Amino acid sequence: MQTENEVLVRVEDLKVHFPIYRGVIRRQVGAVRAVDGVSFTIKKGETVGLVGESGCGKTTTGRAIIRLYEPTAGKIFFKDTELVSLKTEEMRMMRKDMQMIFQDPYASLNPRMTLRDIVGEPLLSFGLASGKQIDERVAELLKMVRLSPDFMLRYPHEFSGGQRQRIGIARSIAMNPSFVVCDEPISALDVSIQAQIINLFEDLQRDLNLTYLFIAHDLSMVRHISDRVAVMYLGIIAEMADRNEIYTNPLHPYTKALLSAIPVADPVYYESRKRIILEGDVPSPANPPSGCRFRTRCPIADEHCAESRPEFREITPGHFVACFKV
Amino acid sequence: MTNELLNVQDLQTRFKTPEGIIHAVNGISFHLNEGETLGVVGESGCGKSVSMLSILKLVAMPPGEIVSGVADFRGKDLLKMTPEEMRHVRGGQIAMVFQDPMTSLNPVMTIGKQMAEPLMLHLGFNKEQAQKRSIELLEQVGIPQAADRLKDYPHQYSGGMRQRVMIAMALSCNPQILIADEPTTALDVTIQAQIVELTIKLREQLGMAIIWITHDLGVVASIAHRVAVMYGGYIIEESPVKDLYANPTHPYTLGLLGSLPQIQAQSRQRLYSIDGMPPVLYRKPQACPFAPRCKFVVEHCWHENPSLEPISDGHYVACFVDTKTGRER
Repeated sequence: MQTENEVLVRVEDLKVHFPIYRGVIRRQVGAVRAVDGVSFTIKKGETVGLVGESGCGKTTTGRAIIRLYEPTAGKIFFKDTELVSLKTEEMRMMRKDMQMIFQDPYASLNPRMTLRDIVGEPLLSFGLASGKQIDERVAELLKMVRLSPDFMLRYPHEFSGGQRQRIGIARSIAMNPSFVVCDEPISALDVSIQAQIINLFEDLQRDLNLTYLFIAHDLSMVRHISDRVAVMYLGIIAEMADRNEIYTNPLHPYTKALLSAIPVADPVYYESRKRIILEGDVPSPANPPSGCRFRTRCPIADEHCAESRPEFREITPGHFVACFKV
Repeated sequence: MTNELLNVQDLQTRFKTPEGIIHAVNGISFHLNEGETLGVVGESGCGKSVSMLSILKLVAMPPGEIVSGVADFRGKDLLKMTPEEMRHVRGGQIAMVFQDPMTSLNPVMTIGKQMAEPLMLHLGFNKEQAQKRSIELLEQVGIPQAADRLKDYPHQYSGGMRQRVMIAMALSCNPQILIADEPTTALDVTIQAQIVELTIKLREQLGMAIIWITHDLGVVASIAHRVAVMYGGYIIEESPVKDLYANPTHPYTLGLLGSLPQIQAQSRQRLYSIDGMPPVLYRKPQACPFAPRCKFVVEHCWHENPSLEPISDGHYVACFVDTKTGRER
């Protein structure tokens, strides 16, 4: 974090709505408001954790930032370029510098391609290397993710989940990107393997000066790896702050409930802890509640919360909350 | 001394596959007391689910085969029961909740019909009685407007609600043992907390014993009285829950706990990681199955598989090395 204040990614009021079509003439009858106005920044060299439950829009946000989904509204700045207005080819060139790691290491690798072809493909498609050069670079990348270069001619099915995730990581850093979106990269892995991969992410960040957007639902892992954490709920960011601030001084009632629901590996802890158990389920993003998104499950909501949407405002320096009661 | 409800000795299960025989469970012994919750912890492929499925003879045979073992349930060996006897035990006296609430309900049958089935089969209820009891059960697991929701199909329920329905069905015949196989793994953390809380409440009300299978050391800490840690088809450590977390002793248990980030930690520490990966058991291990990944490994570990030995009251460990001193015991 040498360049403390340099902003690498700035997201302004990003919205991603997926249309719902019905009937014979496929008329649009509504929209799933997966992401409904989020704004945040990611500084160079830092890791921003994006947490929330399934359906909160965290993956959609990550994908929209590198335009794997087309944003419905809003602006995304990467370095000094505005991404939403770029043409397809211009965006493709930008992706040299912004890459993605996917959740499922079984589905994200082509089973008919060898490791050399998988990891070397970005080099080939951007015309950065050919022939022998690719072999050399792939060997180097495999070493960086602690895999043997001897594996180069093998196929994905010969590897375990953890090893496959390493292959996905090697592919994503092949172009020397400065920004990587990690979409639940450890959720599908066993506990003992998760720690290996997290340590690898940290080593690579240090060695290659990477900036991460780390999407996850495991709050304890997110605290471990992130510098700042954003908590999403039903398409909006409920709270965002430094890692220690958000875990020791959560302000939004949703963050409080989410933190208290984390299972802790300490039986003594449960004897003293008062858990906040939220009632009910997350409402559908196709038909979100009026006003504050969280009010239907919020223990402290009142009539005011149903009327208007709370502004995402800075309470103390660097600590943002969207709640009327704070 | 509390009453022993289930006592399993030397259970071995293996699977014949085209690639060879997989030794999934390699001779495990454990017991379950009345009203007790036993947590069974381990990573994928460690044999935790297969061992519990074996007890209920829910392992597909072939390719599965229960090679040896005794599962004494109130004086009768479950593994020697006829299919007909077993059917009365399953769902009646021992009930099971599975991991995936999306696939364990029949999508083309209403919740009410699915709930009535075990009641009519095991308890001989007629339709009206079954419906009345189903409504009670749904209310007990916290489903609002239970009477109306009986007419709904599974897709009209959310994931957490479906898991509640699964629990309600499992409890419908007042089982003495509830086996829960990763019941919260597919759920979000706030919903997971709801289900754990519900299970603890129902346990207090109904007094059943629970076997809770999970890979999550956090969840198990919140619900279990006693914990068995499995690796490579063996129980490698077993202990009362508090003692396990206060004095984890087997190198694998130490590694698992160490690889979890501490939520209270202010500064970033590098995570402890266990090198390598869990074994695929094409051969029954002759040595300690954890030896290739173990930081405490000594010569002895490569020649013999340690048995589960007591180290203090109720705390058993299968390891030749005393991890506190690093020397052989």
